[in-house]
Parts: sequence; structure tokens; C-alpha cells
Amino acid sequence: MPTFIAFMIGFIVPFGLGIYLSFCKFTTVNDAVPVGLKNYTDMFKDPEFIHALWYTALFAVVSVVTINFFGFAIAMLLTKGIRGTNLFRTVFFMPNLIGGIVLGYIWQLILNGILAQFDLTLTFSEVYGFWGLIILMNWQQIGYMMIIYIAGIQNVPPDLIEAAKIDGATGRQVLGHVILPMVMPSITICTFLTLTNSFKLFDQNLALTNGLPSNRSELLALNIYNTFYGRVGFEGVGQAKAVVFSLIVGAIAIVQLVLTHRKEVQQ
Amino acid sequence: MAKYIPETIQKGDLLPPDVQALVDQKAKKSAYSYNARRSPYSMLWTVILSIVSVVYVVPVLLVIMNSFKKKAYISRNPFNLPTGKMFVGFENYVSGINKIGFFSAFLNSLIITVGSVIVIILCCSMAGWYITRVNTIFTKVFYYLCVFSMIVPFQMVMYTLAKTSDALHLGNPWGIIVVYLGFGAGLAVFMFCGFAKSIPLEIEEAAMIDGCNPVQTYFQVVMPILKPTAISVAILEAMWIWNDYLLPSLVLDKTKYKTIPIAIQYLKGGYGSVDMGAMMAMLVLAILPIIIFYAFSQKYIIDGVVAGAVKG
Repeated sequence: MPTFIAFMIGFIVPFGLGIYLSFCKFTTVNDAVPVGLKNYTDMFKDPEFIHALWYTALFAVVSVVTINFFGFAIAMLLTKGIRGTNLFRTVFFMPNLIGGIVLGYIWQLILNGILAQFDLTLTFSEVYGFWGLIILMNWQQIGYMMIIYIAGIQNVPPDLIEAAKIDGATGRQVLGHVILPMVMPSITICTFLTLTNSFKLFDQNLALTNGLPSNRSELLALNIYNTFYGRVGFEGVGQAKAVVFSLIVGAIAIVQLVLTHRKEVQQ
Repeated sequence: MAKYIPETIQKGDLLPPDVQALVDQKAKKSAYSYNARRSPYSMLWTVILSIVSVVYVVPVLLVIMNSFKKKAYISRNPFNLPTGKMFVGFENYVSGINKIGFFSAFLNSLIITVGSVIVIILCCSMAGWYITRVNTIFTKVFYYLCVFSMIVPFQMVMYTLAKTSDALHLGNPWGIIVVYLGFGAGLAVFMFCGFAKSIPLEIEEAAMIDGCNPVQTYFQVVMPILKPTAISVAILEAMWIWNDYLLPSLVLDKTKYKTIPIAIQYLKGGYGSVDMGAMMAMLVLAILPIIIFYAFSQKYIIDGVVAGAVKG
């Protein structure tokens, strides 16, 4: 099975080696010396890592909420049979096809252009970098989530909505008590995708601010990358960070799946 | 994830033609019907959404506009039209293409993306089919490893992956296809498994009785049935691979081979200050092929994304 061999090279071997190396001090794979848990304790003494951790968490929360809110709102509008629905759908989805690096530079140009009116730049403070990334991610991902929500909303049986209306439900009640519970599977998928995407975000971060000013706008993924390739002798710590990072992403993904799954209704 | 079953009558069900026509008609109406009565607002929403769409397209237009400006003016006044002395024609394009070797980067991106997607589809559909039909501990473990690998962030394996591929001399466009097959296998195998489960075993048994060997069964019976899934997998993987920066930048021998994202990042890293003119021109060239491709195949792309998400 060629897939299995490639999967070994591409995932299993690096993964296993990665866990092993997180307990070692090394500069190349061949001179690894086991050092126990030292990398893990070092990691938590690194203030930049702690900062990146909180920065990423905050970023993930804000972007998940905004992307899903706007994505759902636009999806609701586009299922109402408004003229030009197909065109809107096409336009909103378009940014998804543009790569992270390219997106980062596009928005760097625009946001710097706007901030220049106030004699500021994007890298002046981590706050600008933060909101810049939020805007960028919204621009990129609303379309994707919108597509998934549209599919979900169109799957709601119209009889249900009619029945609710006959029973005297207002528009808001229909939305809250009929449509939302029925599209819960889509919500599960979309929160899962946005959550893992925001945690793993790298390209956009690198291109937009590259962590400036002085690594304050660094997300976890970029922090780990810089630990590996920016500082000699810290490869072990970087690998340990990566292990912790994976655990965090895995744990959050599972918790989120369980939580939203529970809200799904069976028909 | 839960698959949502909409109604008792499903699309695939075999119905008498007249009933089918009724169902189709109903489905067509239902998507839009419940708010059709609110049409007075619909004009207003069209206008609002049009404005939002224009805002959505503006970033891309801005980049195109700036790509024709002299570089000194780009960061100072990015919102002005390139008029008068600001206008430089295609100068930025020429200098950008020469600086980063755009065409070879484009070719590399194309080879890697197309090659990887073809290999992923071929190998993973086989693997997915094998996993669902052969029920051993090995296949089960492999399946769960694939699911697991979808969640693990790339940073976890990036260093060791780069070292492993170095050791195996995979640092060229052909070698990286193997790496992509390995790292992209998770999603693909997962999706193919999900779909292969729903193929009735009887079809394959019938093929076997008619004298097909497993290879023939696969290519002549299973592969055509898996085609819709293959299209969505291809789209998802192609979107990822074409735009991927980190993996190729670590695995490829960067002095010899660049992909488009690497080339663009190199434009910034390689020179002290960024040449904004060349940067804008290259951004346009990076976006343009995708937009053109999207314009022709948007229906497949959007459907593929939906199918992928619902199955995922």
C-alpha cells in the first residue's frame, strides 16, 4: 500500500520522532541527548510563549465568534431568494482560494494605508496586528462558513417552518427554536473548522506582521517556528512547545465536538 | 460527524417520474419559499449585499491598481488611482518576474499541486476502499491514525518531517509529492472511507462473480462510484497544496525550487526593504490564475466544499 508508506514518511515517523525529541536536547536529529522534562519546564519560563498562548486563545475566541456570526447571517440572507444570490455567493467565497501569504500582504497594504492617515503602522502595536488578523480571517473565512451554513439551512424541512408559523411563532422564534437547532450539525462543523484554523494560523501571521513589534503579535504556530529556526539550541524546547500545542488543539477540538454534538437534535 | 437526513424521501430514491417531478418542484420551492412573502425587503437586502460584495472585492482591486504604480507611491498613498507620473505600466511586472523567477515558481506550483492531487486521489481511494472492505486490527488502527492526523497541527511534525524528507532526498518537486501524499492522506482516506461504506457490497460481489479480479473491480466498478467524493477531495487538497507555504519552504531545496508562496515571501526576505511595486505585481499574478480557474469551475468548487464539510 503506497499510501501507508507515504503516511509513514509524512506523518507517523515524524510524529513519533517528534515526541521523542521533545524530551531531548539537540541541534540535529543525530546528536539528541535525553534530558527528561527540562524542555517542558524551560518552555513555561519563556514569557513570549505564555504571551503567544493567551494571544492565540483570545484570537481564536474572537475570530470564531465573528466568523460564524457573519457567516450565518449572510447564509440566512442568501437563502431568502434575494435576487443575485448566486453572484453574491461566488463573490463571498472567492477569498478562500487565495493563499495565506498572499492574503497577508494584501491586507498589509490596505491596513497600513488606512493607518498611515493617522501616522501609524500595523506593527506599531500588537493591538493593530490583532485586529488586522481578525479582519483578514473574517474576510477569508466568512465565505467558506457561509457555504456550509447555506447547505444546512436549505436542509431544514419547510414543513417544520410552516408548522411553527401556523402555531403562531414569530420570525425570531422560528429562527431560534426551529432553524438554529436544525442546523446544529453545520454549526458543529463550522466552529470546528474555524477553531482549528485559528489555532493553526501561520501564513497570514507571518505575512501580515511577522510577529512585530518584537514578537508581541506572534501566534503560537509562529512562536514555535521561530523557536526552531530563530534560536540555536532551543530546538528541544520548540519540539516540546509543539507537543503541548498539539495537545491543546486536540483537546479543544474534542471538547468542542462533544459540546456542540450534544445540542444536535435527532429527527 | 452526524450526517443529517432531511426528509423521508431522499434525492437518490427511485420514484415514479410523476412523483419525482412533484418532489423536485417542492424541493425547488422549499429552499426559498418560507420567506418569499417578505419580498418588499428583498430589494433592500439586494442593495445592502451588493455594497458588501463590493467591499469584499475592493482589496483585490486595490492590489491590481497599485501594481501599476511607481513603487515609491504605493505605501504612501495606496488608495489613489495610478495617474500621471505615478503610472508605470508593466514595469513592476517585468522586474518582479525577473527577480523571483515567477514562471519557474508557477511551473513548480503546478507540478506539485497537480501531481500531489492525482497521487492522493489514486492512492487514498484505494486505501479507503481497502480499509472499509478488509476489517483487521491493522486497518482499524490506520483509520484512526488518519483521523487523528487531521487534528494534529503541522508544527508538531514540521522539524522532524523536514529532517526525514532530507534524509530520503525528497527535496524536489517530485519528492514533495510523496510528502504531500503522506500528510494529506488523513483527510482523503477519511472521506473515501466515509463514502466507500455506503457502497453496497453486492455490486462488488456481482463484479467478482462476473470474473473481475480485485484490481479490475476497483478500477471499473468502485472508482466510478467514488467519483463525486474524488472531486471534493481533489478540490480541498488542491486549495491547500497550491497555497501552502510552510511545508514546501521546509522540505524543498529553496535555492533550486520555489513555489509561488515561497517566491512571494522571498521577495520580502531576500532584500532589505520590500520592493512594493514588484510585490503588488506578483500578488496580482498569484491571484489571477486562481480567480480565472474559479470563474470556470465555481459550481464544482462550492459543491465540493459543501460535500467535504458534510462528510467531514
